[in-house]
Amino acid sequence: MTVISTDTGFSRRDMLKGGGALIVGFNLAGIPGAALAARGDVAGPPDPNAIDTWIAVHADNTATVYFGKCELGQGNTTGMLQIAAEELDFSMSQISAARLDTNVTPNQGATSSSSSIERGGPQLRAAAAEARRALLQRASLRLGVQINSLVVNDGVVSVEGEGDFRSVKYGDLLGDKPFNVKFTGAAPLKPANRYKLVGARVARVDLPGKMSGRYELVHHLRAPGMLHGRVVLPRGQRAFGAGAKPLSIDENSIKHIPTARVIRKGDFVGVVAEQEWDAVKAAQALKVTWQDAPELPGNANLFTQMRGQKTIDTVIANRGDIAKGFAGTAHERSSAYFCPYQGHLPFGPNCALADVRPDGAVVRSSTQDVYNARAMLARVLNMPADKVRVQYYEGSGTFGRSCYEDAAQAAAIMSQAIGRPVRVQYMRWDEHGWDNYGPAHLAEVRAAVDAHGKLVAYEYHGWQHGWTVTSTILDIALQKPGVERASGSASITVNPMSTGSMYIVPNRRVISHAVPMEGYLRGAALRSPLDLSFAFASEQTIDELAYALKMDPFEFRRRNIGDKRWLGVLEAAANAASWKPRVMASSLSSDEVVRGRGIGLGTHHVSYGAAVADIEVNRRTGAIVATHLYGALDCGLAVNPALVETQIIGQMIQSVSRVLKEEVLFDQRGVTSLDWNSYPVLRFAEHPAVTPIVVQRIDEPATGAGEEVMGATVAAIANAFFDATGVRLRQYPMTPERVRAALAART
Amino acid sequence: MTDSFKLKVNGREQAVSVSPDTPLLYVLMNELALRGPRFGCGLAQCGSCSVLVDGVEVRACVTPVSNVAGKAVTTLEGLPALYAEQKRLPQPPALHPLSQAFVDQQAPQCGYCFNGMTIKAAELLAQNPKPTEAQIRSHMDGHICRCGTYPLILKAIQLASIRMAGDVR
Repeated sequence: MTVISTDTGFSRRDMLKGGGALIVGFNLAGIPGAALAARGDVAGPPDPNAIDTWIAVHADNTATVYFGKCELGQGNTTGMLQIAAEELDFSMSQISAARLDTNVTPNQGATSSSSSIERGGPQLRAAAAEARRALLQRASLRLGVQINSLVVNDGVVSVEGEGDFRSVKYGDLLGDKPFNVKFTGAAPLKPANRYKLVGARVARVDLPGKMSGRYELVHHLRAPGMLHGRVVLPRGQRAFGAGAKPLSIDENSIKHIPTARVIRKGDFVGVVAEQEWDAVKAAQALKVTWQDAPELPGNANLFTQMRGQKTIDTVIANRGDIAKGFAGTAHERSSAYFCPYQGHLPFGPNCALADVRPDGAVVRSSTQDVYNARAMLARVLNMPADKVRVQYYEGSGTFGRSCYEDAAQAAAIMSQAIGRPVRVQYMRWDEHGWDNYGPAHLAEVRAAVDAHGKLVAYEYHGWQHGWTVTSTILDIALQKPGVERASGSASITVNPMSTGSMYIVPNRRVISHAVPMEGYLRGAALRSPLDLSFAFASEQTIDELAYALKMDPFEFRRRNIGDKRWLGVLEAAANAASWKPRVMASSLSSDEVVRGRGIGLGTHHVSYGAAVADIEVNRRTGAIVATHLYGALDCGLAVNPALVETQIIGQMIQSVSRVLKEEVLFDQRGVTSLDWNSYPVLRFAEHPAVTPIVVQRIDEPATGAGEEVMGATVAAIANAFFDATGVRLRQYPMTPERVRAALAART
Repeated sequence: MTDSFKLKVNGREQAVSVSPDTPLLYVLMNELALRGPRFGCGLAQCGSCSVLVDGVEVRACVTPVSNVAGKAVTTLEGLPALYAEQKRLPQPPALHPLSQAFVDQQAPQCGYCFNGMTIKAAELLAQNPKPTEAQIRSHMDGHICRCGTYPLILKAIQLASIRMAGDVR
């Protein structure tokens, strides 16, 4: 049995001093001299214009780099270390990354939109180049030669042509002392043709620890004197804006559970107990009467209600003259498409550990943005932000904004109330039922071609509500209505990149119809936000035009693409799949199991994705099985092609799951998808083979690689279904019921 | 409310005092501070909490600790030693051949599901050293991966199967 000490709390000394406790995989022997002892003592963010904020070189000739993008399982840390090691001329084994920490690491914004390597990378690269220049200036003085005759290998500076005869280690030049150099961004960068690490298939630094069970996830954290906490919420969220208001709480209902206590703040209800199992039982046993919430549309009325709602409309793209464009065309196709709410649903529900004291708080969380988490915690705790310290510990893959802020806030609220550290983990039904879901989407797409097979007009109307700014726990604890992100660049609108931008279309219009989130479910960015929906609708329309022309859909796309990089991925995917030109649905079979092959394009913001899908459809049961997927991604310079390949595989498997299986179910009262049975995902036995293709462009800037093949995959699968059956499915997930209904409607 | 239980975890006898209905998972995580088994659903739906009990994969999240008293529990941490025992190796490898194959294939993304994946695959290869692809797919089907790493897990299990056949028996 755990002994509970009355002297509770994290060992604040250990946590606050700079050094080993904060550094991932760092050799304790090399730790901080006087200069670094101060690191972490005060609230950040540290000055981004100082090189010392970014890089520390240690006496043992190793370095620690400090950046603001976190490891989410995508291999981010490895990629960022490659970039820094490349510019510094260190080897991978000499360099490690500091834990993200609001007292320690610079604020590079959220780890989202696949932006780490694209936007975080160049900043780190420039800092490393500047650090290298400063080290070479010192080496030049030490060795008595001009900088331009110095070379560096594995952190050892030597005079070119003299081998080790005249050399000095970085560690001896600086050894744990500060650079005291301003980050000007003007230091010369290493040219791409001299890269050794960038562009190489470097193995991930985190995997050996993860595979042995040594790696410390946020779920593993414990603190002396800690209590276990659980949130108490209605099973399944209700209408956004209604919160969760307890009318009465029967504390006697948990009297039989030793040490369990109810914690309240505003409308927030939680329980704590000494033993985790007691907290779990208490959260389930506690009798709470909740105030009724306004009715939701439920799955049944969702799209009708969205379509009929008063919306705020924005013209996203407008080129040529739509009315003229659609006049006198050879073929025109138009349809509506229906796309579901889907969940983030990290495999390990979110978890956090908080130690809140009157004079300050330390919260350990798997947030994608430690500084934003700090600001929200400061509000919840009614403390100045500089008294709140947030440290990042990896959770399980989150794919956007799951309930990590909620878990952190719940832990902090309960720790503040009870004066001891509290660890909160969400239960499966909390995570499924109170996610910030990827919003549902309704599309009406119309496109036309001329007799020569050229696209002449394209129009896309999309309806969806927006994303939450706040979080469930913050809203209910402060008794404030949830806030939807105001319209503007940061809100979710129809993405022009995913809606026909890859084609030359003289007349194109894209319009976003913003539905207010109130009365729907709480939304937030889910990996490749709505791009799966856009591609599902847009690329099926494109395929229909190819079919109307009796043209091979690859050839049709090839003729209408206006950009060599789009063409590059299209051809790469088709080549990998040994694409044979043919008209879709031109060899329909009456067998029970029929096969189809489809192709599609898609992206998120900047990179280029293409996919070919081979599927089987059981016409009797309605089951679709993806058998082989080919995915090509051009993300400019792929810093680590092996990482990009695994990202392609992950994206494609997840896309199969999302297009075939995943849908948040809800009725008028609330969400009813509360576990993996009521929200099925793709299983092991059903998974397709995946062939990933990285289109490496060493001279182009590195752009996102974590989201951009998903839309293409969904489109390719939808088009393969038509190829197999001659029928279009315009709603996903493409479940057996929907398949059977669509096939029956045709006969 | 609490009872004392003698557990044999990863070859070591350990005594714990907890209420008998406590799921094994919470004992492994909180009393024994193990990092392999972890909470995923609490409903035996996902496999993140899996351990071997007398060589058979069970879901620790729904197995009361009282059910495993006197039985041999192996977690991810204990797999190398169990493997050395099965293969009569002089000492345990640093990583079980499956874990090594997962690293070599760069299979995991977040890695959260790999506790269960490794346990379940170790159970398979102990029973059936040379499984077919269909047998692997079927055996692993109760384990979910949200990151989409299934194809690489499949390849790694095949690789480990080949390597393990080469180890001294």
